Order: sequence, then C-alpha cells, then structure tokens
Amino acid sequence: MTLSILHRVTGVAMSMGLIVLVVWLVAAAAGSAEYERFVELMASPLGRLLLIGWSFAFFFHLMNGVRHLVWDSGRGFEVRHVIASAYFVIVATVLVTGSFWQIVS
Amino acid sequence: MSLRTPLGRVLGLGTAKDGTEHWWAQRVSSVALLLLGLWFIFALVIRNGLVYTDVLAFIAQPLNAVLLCVLCLTLGYHSYLGVQVVIEDYVHARAVKIVALLLSRFAHVLVAITAVYAILMIGSGA
Repeated sequence: MTLSILHRVTGVAMSMGLIVLVVWLVAAAAGSAEYERFVELMASPLGRLLLIGWSFAFFFHLMNGVRHLVWDSGRGFEVRHVIASAYFVIVATVLVTGSFWQIVS
Repeated sequence: MSLRTPLGRVLGLGTAKDGTEHWWAQRVSSVALLLLGLWFIFALVIRNGLVYTDVLAFIAQPLNAVLLCVLCLTLGYHSYLGVQVVIEDYVHARAVKIVALLLSRFAHVLVAITAVYAILMIGSGA
C-alpha cells in the first residue's frame, strides 16, 4: 500500500542520485584536486543528508524489490504475509542503513 | 467530419504490444542490480573504501572496471525503464509527456555513457 509508492519515490530519488554517482566517477577521472572537492561537497551537512537518504533509498528499494520479485513468482499474496513482509522490509532497511553508516564512518 | 475510415482511426491506437517485454526487462535488470549493487557496496564502498588513490587502484583492476561499467549501464537502463513508467502514469498532458520521455531518455543515455567513459579513463590510467 504505502510501500508501493515509496518504491517509486526511492526509485526516482536514486535516478537523481545516479547523476551524483557519475559526477563522482568524473571527479575521480579528473584528478585528486577535483576528487577532494567532490568529497568536501559530500561531507557538508547537505551532502551527508543526501548520501544518507540515498543509502536508505538503496537498501529499501533493494529489499522491497526482492519482495516484488517474490510476488511476481505468485507467492506471498496472503494479506498477513503482505503485512508481515512490509514490516520486515521497513525494519530491515532501518537496521541495514544504520549498520552501513556504522561501518563506513 | 473526417475522411479517415473507421479502421484508419483506430489503427495504432490499440495495445502497445510490448508491455510484457518492458515488464520483463525491468525484472531482469533488477536481478542484475541486486547482485551488482551488493558487490558495489561490499567490494568498493566497505572493503576498498573511497579514498582517492584506493578508488583509482580498485578501478585499475580490469574485472572491477568491467563490473563497474556493467553496473552503470544497468543502472541507467533500469532507471530509464522506471522513470518512463512514472512519467507515463503521472504526466497526462500529451506534449509534456512526450517531451519528458524524450528528455529522460537523452539524460539516461548521457549519464550512462559518461560513467563508462570516466571508468575507462581511470582504468587506462589516462
């Protein structure tokens, strides 16, 4: 229900993040000064917020995507299963995103 | 009054005929991204780290460069398919919809090719 639109929202958000991913690659190709400027930009409060948002979107879209693939196989359609998997995805996304940042930072 | 025959009016207005392929392409690319995405997070972001020299060293490995290229191309493809559906679902003005679809396609091709170009530049040590 709600997660369905969240799947689209996180997808579109990551489509925009794709531009930043490419800017990162271009910065790496351009040289160390350009790369450091990019890192500085992403280390700013706004940059951090965007990165955390994109990491959340990534893990959510990935796990909810698996949920959709399971549905595509014709399984997991019972209402209690749908609700259970929805809560699983939400909790798992928060936990995985949290531990990801614990590891990285 | 139109001179077009009833058949002429409806021809081309039927089903898109390629709905299944679009749907299937979305699923296939999603499975690829599931694997490549996890590889990106674990191999590059967590294990290798994002320090400048480490990133260059990572991409200098041919297998990593190839996988990164495949990841970026698949991301662009999957993103294009997704954004296309979103535009088709929410943009109803015909002209705006066509322009949005065109711009989305151009932008996705541009982004994907730029990514591959940058990776090859890094990989070749240029």
